[in-house]
Amino acid sequence: MANPDHLQYTKEHEWVLIDGDTATIGITRYAADALGEIVYVDLPKVGASTTHMKICGEIESTKSVGELYAPMDGEVIEANKSLDAAPDTVNADPFGEGWLIKIRYTSLPELLSAAEYDAFTGE
Amino acid sequence: MLSTPLNAEHEKLGASFTDFGGWSMPVRYGSDLDEHHQVRDSAGVFDISHMAEIRIKGPEASAYLDYALVSKLSEVEVSRAKYTLICNEQGGAIDDLIVYRMAQDEFLIVANAANRHAVVVALVERQEAFSDVEVLDESDDWALIALQGPKSQGVLEALTTKDLSQAKYYSILSAQIEGVEVLLARTGYTGEDGFEIFVPEEHAAKIWRLLVDQPEVEPSGLAARDTLRLEAGMPLYGHELNLDVTPFEANLGKVIRFDKGGFVGRAALEARSGLTPEFRLYGLRGEGKRAARADYEIFLAGGDEPIGQVTSGALSPTLGYPIAMAFLDGKLELEIGSQLEADVRGTRISFEVVKLPFYKRGR
Repeated sequence: MANPDHLQYTKEHEWVLIDGDTATIGITRYAADALGEIVYVDLPKVGASTTHMKICGEIESTKSVGELYAPMDGEVIEANKSLDAAPDTVNADPFGEGWLIKIRYTSLPELLSAAEYDAFTGE
Repeated sequence: MLSTPLNAEHEKLGASFTDFGGWSMPVRYGSDLDEHHQVRDSAGVFDISHMAEIRIKGPEASAYLDYALVSKLSEVEVSRAKYTLICNEQGGAIDDLIVYRMAQDEFLIVANAANRHAVVVALVERQEAFSDVEVLDESDDWALIALQGPKSQGVLEALTTKDLSQAKYYSILSAQIEGVEVLLARTGYTGEDGFEIFVPEEHAAKIWRLLVDQPEVEPSGLAARDTLRLEAGMPLYGHELNLDVTPFEANLGKVIRFDKGGFVGRAALEARSGLTPEFRLYGLRGEGKRAARADYEIFLAGGDEPIGQVTSGALSPTLGYPIAMAFLDGKLELEIGSQLEADVRGTRISFEVVKLPFYKRGR
């Protein structure tokens, strides 16, 4: 399960796609697989501010609850609405259609490259 | 960590594993929701070889079990089964069991994996007053494979020469599958029709592969098993049952039989019989999609003081809404429809008291 090279990663198993001042956030396939089938996604509201490493949402599978940590400071400008009806999209396509939120960030922390994240997860 | 004789099969099927009572067990093979629906709609096969099998043998077997367990096993007919409990002197549940009567003087007990030693120790202790009964822990000799779902009977009939339409729920019979002598018990832990198949450990892989290869059958893991049993309102030891829970709190008072002689726990249970239990197990249905999980606190709607805790909870795959079982204050004598709230990680979610089980199969 390759972690795409064009994305950056956090140790909380999130991926980040930077485009100008906007970051799209999702969870990695490693995290999605570990959670199991996702049945409910609780995302922050558009306009909410995020703080680096503060919990900003939850991802529930049948067996467990995963917390979503904000990877950076900023403001939520979009949440993936389609996950309300089809939360399992996160399992099916974690790096694509299963994205979670978009943040207009005010500062960027250090992120991991795909190779560094591979090493972190022991792949 | 312990593993079952089917461990290599699970690895071949790409299972994810979890620690369950000291055993490495398949939690899912692919999607646990698909595995859940597969059992409700067709058939699923589970490796439950971690469970314990204990044989009781001898002329005093039935008198002994009437003393050791809370039910009246002496009146169970040969080839029939009974769900019961083994309690301590205080009436607390050491385990819940299925007991099969194999012959007039022979029974087979299936106990939970994590309680194997506690059950065997209790059974051996209770044997002392009886001169002519043997307690044999055969757990390592058996693989146990559960085939569950509406298509189970058809699948098994194609693999054996037995007419299973006559096999009653909670009965057991011997049969051959591909030349292997097995026991087929019409029991399960999913709320569906199905069979639990006792296979000599050395033939486990062959029978497992045969079942998995049937087009109606998919391998299913412990995650699906847990949501299936929860929908069916069945207790899981360590959640709805433990040493501080007597059968009364778990709504299992009816398995106790006082119309027999002495049995372990009798005095304590008789004293509590007819009293309002301090806490009691209830079924709850939630609004929305967020599950109230084990240990979350429950309140009366708008209440400040918790009235109990969730023992098991999930978003029900079959029903589409959150369901939970919870131990709640017995003095409140809550009725069906009572409005409650669960504290779901800081947010109050509405729940209402509903009848158990949450799900009942069509007949």
